[in-house]
Amino acid sequence: MCLAIPAKILKIEDNLALVDMAGVRRQADIRMVSNARVGEYVLIHAGFAIEKIGKKDAEETLQLLREII
Amino acid sequence: MQPITNMVEKFKDDAKKILLAHGSGGKLTHQLIKSFVKKFRNLPLAKLDDSAVLKFKGKLAFTTDSYVVDPIYFPGGDIGKLAVNGTVNDLAMVGARPLYLSAAAIIEEGFPLVDLERIVDSMNRAARVAGVKIVAGDTKVVGKGGADKIFINTSGIGLIDSGIDISSKNARIGDRIILSGTIGDHGIAILSARERFDFRTKLKSDSQPLNRIVSQILKVSKKVHTLRDPTRGGLATSLNEIAEQSGVGIDIEQEKIPVKEEVKGVCEMLGFDPLYIANEGKLVAFVPERDCRKILNVMRKNRYGRDAQIIGTVVSRHKGRVLVKTSVGGERVLDMLTGEQLPRIC
Amino acid sequence: MKFVDEFRDKAIAERIVKKIERFDSFKVNLMEVCGTHTMVIFKQGLKGMLPKNVNLLSGPGCPVCVTSQEDIDKAIELAKDRNVIITTFGDMIRVPGTNSSLEKERGNGADVRIIYSPSEALRIARENPAREVVFLAIGFETTSPLIAASLLDAQKEKIDNFYIFSSHKLIPPAMEALSKSKEVRIDGFICPGHVSVTIGSNAYKFIAQKYNVPCVIGGFEPLDVLQTIYMLLKQIKERRVEVEIEYFRAVHPQGNRIAQELIAEVFEVSDVMWRGLGTIPKSGLRLKRKFSDFDAEKEFRPKTKKSKENPDCACGEVLRGVKKPTQCKLYRRICTPEEPYGPCMVSSEGTCAAYYKYG
Repeated sequence: MCLAIPAKILKIEDNLALVDMAGVRRQADIRMVSNARVGEYVLIHAGFAIEKIGKKDAEETLQLLREII
Repeated sequence: MQPITNMVEKFKDDAKKILLAHGSGGKLTHQLIKSFVKKFRNLPLAKLDDSAVLKFKGKLAFTTDSYVVDPIYFPGGDIGKLAVNGTVNDLAMVGARPLYLSAAAIIEEGFPLVDLERIVDSMNRAARVAGVKIVAGDTKVVGKGGADKIFINTSGIGLIDSGIDISSKNARIGDRIILSGTIGDHGIAILSARERFDFRTKLKSDSQPLNRIVSQILKVSKKVHTLRDPTRGGLATSLNEIAEQSGVGIDIEQEKIPVKEEVKGVCEMLGFDPLYIANEGKLVAFVPERDCRKILNVMRKNRYGRDAQIIGTVVSRHKGRVLVKTSVGGERVLDMLTGEQLPRIC
Repeated sequence: MKFVDEFRDKAIAERIVKKIERFDSFKVNLMEVCGTHTMVIFKQGLKGMLPKNVNLLSGPGCPVCVTSQEDIDKAIELAKDRNVIITTFGDMIRVPGTNSSLEKERGNGADVRIIYSPSEALRIARENPAREVVFLAIGFETTSPLIAASLLDAQKEKIDNFYIFSSHKLIPPAMEALSKSKEVRIDGFICPGHVSVTIGSNAYKFIAQKYNVPCVIGGFEPLDVLQTIYMLLKQIKERRVEVEIEYFRAVHPQGNRIAQELIAEVFEVSDVMWRGLGTIPKSGLRLKRKFSDFDAEKEFRPKTKKSKENPDCACGEVLRGVKKPTQCKLYRRICTPEEPYGPCMVSSEGTCAAYYKYG
């Protein structure tokens, strides 16, 4: 029900951001993500950023999966 | 009574567009034809007879295709380039050397002449790159709304050398399947040009002629069983058609299929699957295990085959079906395309 | 692709499967609520990787699939108005209503446009001031904040030709209905990752506490799904009943507050009909009265004759996890993606479509 994919923020102008998903660029509405910053990753769903992807959390998830921690 | 200057402007304006009169067979038609003949520059065409007269010896391949792509210009090409390469490739897929093409256009009244010239130039260029001659043609003009800008049909003739028997029915158990390069480029390039989903990429259509790479393959091995260029419906549909027509099963490895990152990105975003997206310059080859390494090597030496990969095998199990080993190690059925790929979100 | 490819690693997948295989002393029914989870499970061939004692049930998390026949018929009626431009997410186009479909109406001349984002629908409204633009708002809590945001934009810009046909639904009430029903034993819920981004893991606490069903919120990459299944089995084995988050790189206990506020500003909760589940109290969203100018139902009052579902279509039972598509009389014999008899076959997240396509 919820196709959302990770995208990197390239530019921010008010509530809109230019994001990059594997080289594909699109505009995204970032009003739902507080303190979004250029260089951070967000989840894009239907043209809106719905949440930030915690880089540390992602790494921790992978480490968990790899059973390093 | 309109001032003369206005009438002259209107005339000039009209002169830049295709009029119904261009299709009526009169003076304007002749002007148009003469300009094409000048561009395509070959003997049979220059004779301006009702038919091109050509001499052959051997087995002929003959094919036809119509092109109605929208938009007519897109990153990496246009409808003209598509029309030439598409027919060249259809001939190449049965192992024929493409020689002659016909080109017929149905043009909507009001279509700008400068666009027509651009497309004709593009066809000319594509024909030269592919090494084929456009020896017959036709143009018709229909009233506004009777066609969407321009429709093009190309038919083509090629010669098949002896000892070559390539067909969708010939895939054999044990054959290895080689894909010549990345999939999904064309379909996604078209989508990006349609602006409906408002995304930007550097992707270009992969429309290119495959006859030379096929010749090179056939030089190192005449034992190629099947060739197919996966256009509408994508690689998945082509593989299914071959599995059905040859009465064999096919096993594919997802990991081995080359896909450009940007194609992956758009597909993830819109919920598409690259396996179902049209390509215009790629082929799959079904070849005996014994010859597959040398065929792969010769493909990779060709600029249109640099990303070639062995992606699967023909098997005796699940005849008529295609199975995929997924990137994570699971297995699933790869069906034909059903309906249209709708971008999904929910 | 960053944050995607790493979660598709084959070696890690094998390891998680081995851990799952160690829980061989009991049989479990785990329900993936979300249609996107169903798709990943099938597309990646995860079902075949799991041991036989782990049975996956597909739930009602496909928004198109649970839209009532009446709502679909209303949408089709709206499309017939030649001054209306229908804007919709792709899936709705081919869903069969009682007598027609949006696709058929488009063939008859209706203006039906597929869009990727509700902001596109707003753009179409701006560019076509003489027409009336209706957006078919289906979806769960991932999507409703976006529609709320677009509607607030429409209000701010004083756009007066933009309307919402709200068919939004809420996931936790559906999960409650399933837990209550006892029609099928559900031993654990694979909770929807992106709905949970909005509502937070706290929203599922009552399912664990009141109905005693373990919940794990899972992401959508294959490793996420496998890990989520492992975490559920571990809970069951250790006799814990908790709400855990596998997808903690995006999901937080309290969810996304801004998204929740957007929903609260524009919508209010209502009792709505779910295909297959009947009417579930407080499980849908409708526009608040102050936004009635944007309410397509109030503006156009689409009338439908008796809405009928095909009596042999087992979509409802499939949505509850009671039947598998293969147990439906119509499945594959008459009901195919080309000629669908119910939404479960036509929606890209429909369970029947998944079974049919990925075998």
